[in-house]
Amino acid sequence: MNEFLGFLLSGVTVGFIYALVGIGFTVIYNSSGIINFSQGEFVMAGGMSTVFLLKAGLPLGVSFILAIMITSMIGIVLYKLISFSKESSQISLIILTLGFAIFLRGLAEVVFDKELHTMPSFVGDSSFDMFGTTLTYQSILIMIVSIVIVTLLYFFFKKTKTGQAMMAASINVDAARLMGINIKKILMINFALSAAIAAIGGVLLTPITSTNYEVGIMLGLKGFAAAIIGGLSNPFGAVAGGLVLGILESLIAGYISSEYKDAVAFVALLAILFFMPGGIFGNTKAQRV
Amino acid sequence: MLQINSVTKQFGGIKAVDDFTCRVKKGHIHSIIGPNGAGKTTLVNMITGVYRVDSGTIFLDGADITNISTDKLVYRGICRTFQNLEICGNLTVLENVLLGFDKYMDKGLLKSCFRAKSILDDEKRYTDRAKHLLGLIGLEDLADKKAENLSYGILKKLEIVRALGTSPELILLDEPVAGLNPKETQEISDLIRTVVADEVTIILVEHDMKMVMQVSDYITVMNFGKKLAEGTPDEIVNNQDVIRAYLGSGVVC
Amino acid sequence: MLKRYNINRDILTLSAILIIIPFFFQNDFYYEIAIVSLLNALICIGLNMLMGYAGQVSLGHGAFAGLGGYIAVILGSKYGITPLFSIFIAVVTMSLFAFIISKPILRLKGHYLAMATLGIGIIISIVLNVEDELTGGSDGMSVDSFTIFGYEFVDSLQWYMLCSFLLVFTIWMFSNLIDSPFGRVLRSIEGSEKAANSVGINVSHYKSIVFVISVVIATIAGSLYAFFSGFISPSEASFSHSIELVVMVVLGGLGRIYGAIIGAVILTILPQLLTSFEDYQTLIYGSIIIFVMIFMPKGIASVYEDVKGRLFASNK
Repeated sequence: MNEFLGFLLSGVTVGFIYALVGIGFTVIYNSSGIINFSQGEFVMAGGMSTVFLLKAGLPLGVSFILAIMITSMIGIVLYKLISFSKESSQISLIILTLGFAIFLRGLAEVVFDKELHTMPSFVGDSSFDMFGTTLTYQSILIMIVSIVIVTLLYFFFKKTKTGQAMMAASINVDAARLMGINIKKILMINFALSAAIAAIGGVLLTPITSTNYEVGIMLGLKGFAAAIIGGLSNPFGAVAGGLVLGILESLIAGYISSEYKDAVAFVALLAILFFMPGGIFGNTKAQRV
Repeated sequence: MLQINSVTKQFGGIKAVDDFTCRVKKGHIHSIIGPNGAGKTTLVNMITGVYRVDSGTIFLDGADITNISTDKLVYRGICRTFQNLEICGNLTVLENVLLGFDKYMDKGLLKSCFRAKSILDDEKRYTDRAKHLLGLIGLEDLADKKAENLSYGILKKLEIVRALGTSPELILLDEPVAGLNPKETQEISDLIRTVVADEVTIILVEHDMKMVMQVSDYITVMNFGKKLAEGTPDEIVNNQDVIRAYLGSGVVC
Repeated sequence: MLKRYNINRDILTLSAILIIIPFFFQNDFYYEIAIVSLLNALICIGLNMLMGYAGQVSLGHGAFAGLGGYIAVILGSKYGITPLFSIFIAVVTMSLFAFIISKPILRLKGHYLAMATLGIGIIISIVLNVEDELTGGSDGMSVDSFTIFGYEFVDSLQWYMLCSFLLVFTIWMFSNLIDSPFGRVLRSIEGSEKAANSVGINVSHYKSIVFVISVVIATIAGSLYAFFSGFISPSEASFSHSIELVVMVVLGGLGRIYGAIIGAVILTILPQLLTSFEDYQTLIYGSIIIFVMIFMPKGIASVYEDVKGRLFASNK
């Protein structure tokens, strides 16, 4: 039982990170219809920047904030690149974001290095016992921060004017434009927001798993799986998707095979695509012929 | 020829088509009219297997064709055109018409890779026939133009001609003149009456009353998914229910 | 009108180029790059058919090529089956596999389709890494030499000629296919699925066929690559290889047979040219992809056609 609870809790911890990456996907997809394959690299950028700012002697808090700002800027750069593109066919935009991901990986190699890095936790490396299992403070922090972010996002989309404008733009771009909403600005905010959320995930994760320039590839794909499981267009679905993935992964690694841990996300992804194409919370839209 | 027996289709809680029954006679141009949202296109989509019928049956010449998919229906002699133009813009005008003959053509994979004689013969035979069809609508000169470069009116005609390639017994035209100017509308009416009606039965869904009255042999009026009235054009024009249903939408017959 | 023997100027030009360039090769390394380019081009032709003509994106073809290669190699090394026959069995197995997965996959559209192929690809790559008793795990495994009816392929020129012939022959078949009624059906699916459906075309059936064809070609190229390099590792089946292939097709120009070749050649040579930049290699590679997608999103072949079009226009 205690073992089970341990797996469950570590699953939830990682699940929240997947959720943060997944939210990033949905935020951009909702507003622009683009699948951003550099989402995982945003996570990497957040973690790596913090590590190196710390090494440069800046305090933890400052490094953290700066890293998020840097990553948001990277998000805005991606948006600018996309808006420069002459054609907006899905496939060429997918390739553009893939190219950007490769570019960011290359940039990280040059600006930082190829080594594996870790950083101290915000709350120390200590742990405590609860329900007969060990829990680190960092895990608690990840859970709390993720829940806070999700709550803030919820209020942002429901209560603030900008958030509502963003929702409106995701439902019908043309109508939103006619209502005087500045779509370009909205899109830019979305890219920055999505990058910032991913960066926070990167910073939170680094003390647990450490980071390097390549860490974004798998994280991005798993975050994407989380987003799909949640229905792709629903940020809160992505949270559920991330948690489901994290828990499944942890349980399978614990009880069945740790080697196939990484496959879990993709098996789940396929199961959802084949049997519930709208995601667990999504709805299928009727098409007009 | 076509028997529609109390078909129903629900979307969410709304019955788009509600217990609708209708009989289409062979050789007729049978129009289905009604205000927007009356369920006309839904009906067409049910007949052509795009939507599954919730309840009810559809028979073609005594054979049950309920819920048979669109592509299989073509082999039973039913073909359709679309309200929102569906033309392959990346193909030439001629190729779009050739597509209509697709069901007759040899498409064996290896034979295609090695240009077997049957492939070449088929292509030649049906290219001639496609050109003949294009001639009927005066488009021979545009045969090698990419379809995406042509005007909406021409493409509407092209869609009908493409459907003719499948040699249908029954053809469903979903708003063939929507968005066209009077001259183009007249051309399509002529096409329907002279070329199409000679060989096939037509179900015509249309808002243009002038055209409907001109070409139809028989008319069924739908409102809120139900049959409101049916009869010859003269009977429909004088039907009080029909006039009442249309007053709101501002169309005066 | 279709001609009986579709030997056109493009195919003759390609053949001529393929015959001439070995004279400029200074050592085996040139041959190696050329052969890898040819095999990548081969996969890209199939993938281009799927993406450019049938409009279906696959982010898993690297994995399909890799898995096909592994099947052929394992059959040879573990069961002593001759290379040609083991490739044949790999092709049959992979077509069955592709046909089975194509049914649920091709019901999906756009991004979801891409994601499903991505998912399958990554699962394949994980399985190849984990099942080390069969595959040698992440270290890969060595491959016996390649023979056709006892004739052994040892030097690079033989391989170069085999791959060149295969490429030209495949292109010839494909141009025949694309211009046939079968090809017209594919192009119509890309234009409007509803239109295709309305004239009696079973769209999903054709999508399955094209998917299977593209996987078969990837299997052949993947197996040949393993036999040529004498070695196979899971990196052949990795996500990044799949991505590379898609980028080749798009960079060259979707829906253009020769575009796929141009893309494959450029993206195979480019990393070799960039090795002299060492640390900056990935950075430059990414920048080039971004640049091409921003300024010529329809690929290099379309730029060439634009230029050609303008030249001819100015001649008049």
